[in-house]
Amino acid sequence: MRLSELAKGATAVIQEVEDANMNDPISRRLRELGFVRGEPVRIVAQGPLGGDPLLVQIGFTRFALRKAEAARVRVVLEEIA
Amino acid sequence: MSASAALLRIAIVGNPNSGKTALFNQLTGTRQKVANYAGVTIERKEGHYTAPSGRNVRVLDLPGAYSLTAASPDEEITRDVCYGRYPGEAAPDLIVCVADATNLRLHLRFVLELKRLGRPMVLALNMMDAAARRGIRIDTALLQERLGMPVVETIAVRRGGTAALVERLDREVAPLASIPEEHADLHAEVRALLADTVTAPRRTAAADDAIDRVVLHPVLGLVVLAVVMFLIFQAVFSWAKPVQDAIDAGIATFGTSVGNFLPDGALRSLLVDGVFAGLGAVLVFLPQILILFLFILALEESGYLPRAAFLLDRMMLSAGLTGRSFIPLLSSFACAIPGIMATRSIQDPRDRMTTILVAPLMTCSARLPVYTLLIAAFIPARSVAGVFNLQGILLFTLYIAGIVSALAVAWIAKRLHRDKSEHALLMELPSYRLPHPRDIAIGLYERAMIFLKRVGGIILSLTVLLWFLSSFPAPPPGATEPAIDFSLAGRIGHLLQYIFSPLGFNWQICIALVPGLAAREVAVSSLATVYALSGNEAGLSSIVASQWSLATALSLLVWYVYAPMCISTLATIRRETNSWRQVWITAGYLFGLAYVASLLTYQIARMLS
Repeated sequence: MRLSELAKGATAVIQEVEDANMNDPISRRLRELGFVRGEPVRIVAQGPLGGDPLLVQIGFTRFALRKAEAARVRVVLEEIA
Repeated sequence: MSASAALLRIAIVGNPNSGKTALFNQLTGTRQKVANYAGVTIERKEGHYTAPSGRNVRVLDLPGAYSLTAASPDEEITRDVCYGRYPGEAAPDLIVCVADATNLRLHLRFVLELKRLGRPMVLALNMMDAAARRGIRIDTALLQERLGMPVVETIAVRRGGTAALVERLDREVAPLASIPEEHADLHAEVRALLADTVTAPRRTAAADDAIDRVVLHPVLGLVVLAVVMFLIFQAVFSWAKPVQDAIDAGIATFGTSVGNFLPDGALRSLLVDGVFAGLGAVLVFLPQILILFLFILALEESGYLPRAAFLLDRMMLSAGLTGRSFIPLLSSFACAIPGIMATRSIQDPRDRMTTILVAPLMTCSARLPVYTLLIAAFIPARSVAGVFNLQGILLFTLYIAGIVSALAVAWIAKRLHRDKSEHALLMELPSYRLPHPRDIAIGLYERAMIFLKRVGGIILSLTVLLWFLSSFPAPPPGATEPAIDFSLAGRIGHLLQYIFSPLGFNWQICIALVPGLAAREVAVSSLATVYALSGNEAGLSSIVASQWSLATALSLLVWYVYAPMCISTLATIRRETNSWRQVWITAGYLFGLAYVASLLTYQIARMLS
């Protein structure tokens, strides 16, 4: 599943960040910020309109990601991982 | 030159929210200067201090960056200076990398990336106090050994909290071995480092979790935001107004008393009505700028500002803006000048330009005198549906017209823009922290200086130019018409009537439009001058009510919703975008909108009456 589909409060483990296009700068930046295989992530909060953007906890940091950005991140739920 | 006397140039580098600027402020205190990097509008902050050995240390505070693979113009500057290839900027002798001790998982990756440059480097582990409070223990000695560079603990917000760093920088720092760029797994290296040197009991601060549960709540969060904004607005209007009135009165009194020493004539008029009026026009903006930025800086430092952006991002995005546009646009309701200055917090250049483009459409406080004059004169204070006041409804409509137009313009700008690529939000919400008074004071001082030095000069010279246009040539002796009627401004006003008669503007309005360029509210006093000197001694409101048609009044109201009638705003846009093109685009589209909207209003109102 994708990070954008993760429910609020749910924890998952990152599989991979996919490029939406060639040399996708957003995917590259996500990887630099620590969105790499094996990192646990959790949805802390969602924006008031349409649940967008998402507030994602990764490591010690919280990032606000729009759904389009979060959709680049493939994750598996923690129980399965 | 002896070693101790040689200048040491250091650059402070680090992730956003690492407390880099607080560290810079602690090191340099008030010995800093803020300018822009050549050709761009990104702030270049440099300061200096004297090391215990007597050595002079020059400190450059580089923009915050997550990586040397730059994703914004700010990060490009940091990258280029670190590589030593920024034109006109020598490579630093030493890099001081600042990392938040409570967020090493993120920050150490950048440390490793910088280490690969092979330059002399020191790591400052900042916010050690917060780390200790949260039970995070770091084996600094081991981290230093593993990284192969000096590691110093700092608390940038505490007096003496950088003493160890200052002491360490005073000694020799050996360059690191340069590691050729390769596809090393920096994240794996960070994990290994953390496993060996850091013990952390929990991942985030409990206080952050608790505050975020309220502040980011879909309903409560918006309520909190509304209350915060309401308080800011109250403060801006209730605190700034008396100070602004005092500045106005003080400058006027001072100008008159200086003028009394001069013989009546052009020189005196130039001083009193030109120079001092211009000085007043500049200074009168300061209270609003300072109060607004007091709140904006406090909100930014505390970590709330990105939360507000988070709540509003979706709404702003649908109009082609970003969550970060909200605060600048809101500030523009007080005055577009601090609003446009506040767009510096938007890193993405495209989003920033769009925000600047629509900021003048927010109804600023200077339009109120025009609105109240015309509404009081033409609209009966009738109640509608028992509770609403017709005058209030019209005023509200004018505000809404501005907001709706801004959203529409932003939406169209998004469609016209050549760059249609996806621009990321990807925004870090940092830990909450108490704003430090020193950092806010320094920030306020910088804003005030930026305004006075860079914008003040333009406003002052344009005010003097307008004085010249309104005063020359002087009326012939014995003339009974107002002096402004004979001046260049008066002639321009009469010429303008050809353009503006389809909008229902008479020649008096057209003349008032010219000096009204200095500041919108001046249009009211200019109208008063034109009518008073024409022999109308009655109040302006009753003159307007008896001599103008309702269609003309409505048309002028609509004109003021859009018109680019404020050279101070245009001057600020010039300074903040470093582009005349942006100024012409803004002035052009505002004029076009104003003309079309007023034309429609006048013609429709005339047909209906």
